[in-house]
Amino acid sequence: MSTLTQTSGATRTSTMAQALNAALRDSMREDPGVHLLGEDVGALGGVFRITDGLAAEFGADRCLDTPLAEAGILGTAIGMAMYGLRPVVEMQFDAFAYPAMEQLVSHVAKMRNRTAGRLPMPITIRIPYGGGIGGVEHHSDSSEAYYAGTPGLHVVTPATVQDAYGLLRASIASDDPVVFLEPKRLYWSKAELDVAAAVEPVGKAVLRRTGRSAVLITYGPSLPVCLEAAQAAQAEGWDLAVLDLRSLVPFDDRTVCEVVRSLGRAVVVHESTGFGGVGAEIAARVTERCFHHLAAPVIRVTGFDIPYPPPMLEHHHLPGVDRILDAVARLQWEG
Amino acid sequence: MTVLDHRPTAPVPGWLPGATSPRTDPSPLLPDSSPVRVLGTPAFQKADPELLLDLYRRLVVGRRYNQQATTLTKQGRLAVYPASTGQEACQVVAGSVLQPQDWLFPSYRDTLAVVSRGVDPLEALTLLRGNAHTGYDPVATRTAPLCTPLATQAPHAVGLAHAARLRGEPVVALAMLGDGGTSEGDFHEALNFAAVLNAPVVFLVQNNGYAISVPLTRQSAAPSLAHKAVGYGMPGRLVDGNDAPAVHAVLAEAVERARSGGGPTLVEALTYRLEAHTNADDATRYREDAEVTAWREHDPILLMERELRDCGLLDDAVAAAATEQGEQLAARMRAEFHAEPELDPASLFRHVYAEPTPQLLEQAAQLDAELAAEAGR
Ligand SMILES: Cc1ncc(C[n+]2csc(CCOP(=O)(O)OP(=O)(O)O)c2C)c(N)n1
Repeated sequence: MSTLTQTSGATRTSTMAQALNAALRDSMREDPGVHLLGEDVGALGGVFRITDGLAAEFGADRCLDTPLAEAGILGTAIGMAMYGLRPVVEMQFDAFAYPAMEQLVSHVAKMRNRTAGRLPMPITIRIPYGGGIGGVEHHSDSSEAYYAGTPGLHVVTPATVQDAYGLLRASIASDDPVVFLEPKRLYWSKAELDVAAAVEPVGKAVLRRTGRSAVLITYGPSLPVCLEAAQAAQAEGWDLAVLDLRSLVPFDDRTVCEVVRSLGRAVVVHESTGFGGVGAEIAARVTERCFHHLAAPVIRVTGFDIPYPPPMLEHHHLPGVDRILDAVARLQWEG
Repeated sequence: MTVLDHRPTAPVPGWLPGATSPRTDPSPLLPDSSPVRVLGTPAFQKADPELLLDLYRRLVVGRRYNQQATTLTKQGRLAVYPASTGQEACQVVAGSVLQPQDWLFPSYRDTLAVVSRGVDPLEALTLLRGNAHTGYDPVATRTAPLCTPLATQAPHAVGLAHAARLRGEPVVALAMLGDGGTSEGDFHEALNFAAVLNAPVVFLVQNNGYAISVPLTRQSAAPSLAHKAVGYGMPGRLVDGNDAPAVHAVLAEAVERARSGGGPTLVEALTYRLEAHTNADDATRYREDAEVTAWREHDPILLMERELRDCGLLDDAVAAAATEQGEQLAARMRAEFHAEPELDPASLFRHVYAEPTPQLLEQAAQLDAELAAEAGR
């Protein structure tokens, strides 16, 4: 992992995990107020090695191995933020963030508002989330709807190596609390990383692929699946655009509506459950705002409304290329 | 023979070194078997008379504040008021034992402690009046917002104290909790973090006998709440919470210990809630009059006044001056709360995020349009 220490200048090939590590390191170098805390983040470097080498470089105080207690971790981070630090919290896995839910909802999300702006909460809460890595239960939840439904939180999820770096830098720099969801099945995906590239602000969607027939709206772990589906759809005469939301809160209404209005057909794709999910919100929004531009109803392609399945069955649950193509076929709406 | 009969009194010789070896002898951490008292003991004679009179004045004014706030709820001027009547000794000491740079982390019942800390008495009631959350400036006053979800402020105190210590600043955080709050997970996580991080924190548990209707015996089976400290590796102290000089002595010592790098302390103050949980509660459903009457005999103001008069520190003039100070405060509260507050609906959208989201901007515009239509603008 020695490549991780050279983060200045050059573009290089990097995994998403390495990009996240570089973002943490560069943020810590630039701002002594940035402190990491969580379970096993120190000597071990985290169970996914995202904090690899950071305790060695910055010391055990700035990369703090905490007792095993998620509410305690986040609650302590709140106090640190009250004293002017910029804590970055690692929750070990999606489903193990739930004990900290009360601190998140009642305090992190509301403290700025409760104190008329006097106590902002510049905390980044990193959570590896989602399935597709063959994890046993409680290791594959997609919890974004809980967080997105909580006013006061930003909810961000990168889908590319470059975004993993840029969005994490932006999240740490943000004066608002950010739930930073890391699609764990993309941790080992590789791409060019340019750490000198401009850091995108949180809250902007990006068109990953242009097209003329319809748009797939997606984020995080489902982006590569959508790109693959768009490729496959060409054979059936569909020229699909793919829109990566990158941030669920703030939500980029403008870009989403622009794309939908210009194409008239949209499919929302995510792997978390559909009922009450983020896709429902997007479909409702698009319908309200783009109704007269729509040639077909907005269709959702999501995971089933079930607790995350055992690993040997997860491929049935996760939306794949075929399920997306079926939905695209249904866009041939004749009223 | 049980396993416990084999319990060694000292670390086992030859224990393997490393992360799991025995750490500490618990006995110095154990609380006193009976609560610390100053009133009625020789320690009283040695106490600073200025401090004693100051505490007395604060108790009298604090009682009046509690009474006036309770009355304001009956008149519908405050949405709710969880009175600390009977607990004033804990309240006035907690607010005054800290240095300006220290931080207080109060819970919903601790308005009077917040006032004793120096927060404006009316601003301290903004939350309970319903105008705004918090109502005072937490940074300027080094006083965290009144905390409603039980025990959740305890880890904040730890984090703040930890951050200050990392910066080399001599700041102590004092977190206040009720007996019921000690059953919450956050309380335990906070104690554990504080001890592991050696954070300069003091936890003050006001054991007032009840969590709404549930008595302490249904809350905890521990010998005392102060005993809980030992399992985390910090000292536990037990104090008579109606004995103001005793509360002062114990808290001041704990604060000093924290400031000088000695780590956290858990203090349990034995006290009693003389009023109902809040104005919405009916305390006759769960406790006997006789119990309340007995505690009225152990009223913190009564105890203090008796002792101060006995030794000639307090005369009628000093007592009347304290009462007058309380009346002035009560009059100010009445005047302020009988006027209708001016509220700005646009404030709803302020301070949700550093930069409002596009969605919030749209909603703010919507509300503005609704208000304009209503006003015929
Ligand atoms: C997490 C949480 N659960 C429940 C409540 C509702 N509640 C408010 S006060 C209270 C009793 C608390 O008792 P205690 O901690 O002894 O404090 P006291 O009111 O006696 O000062 C309860 C159950 C709450 N505020 N927070």
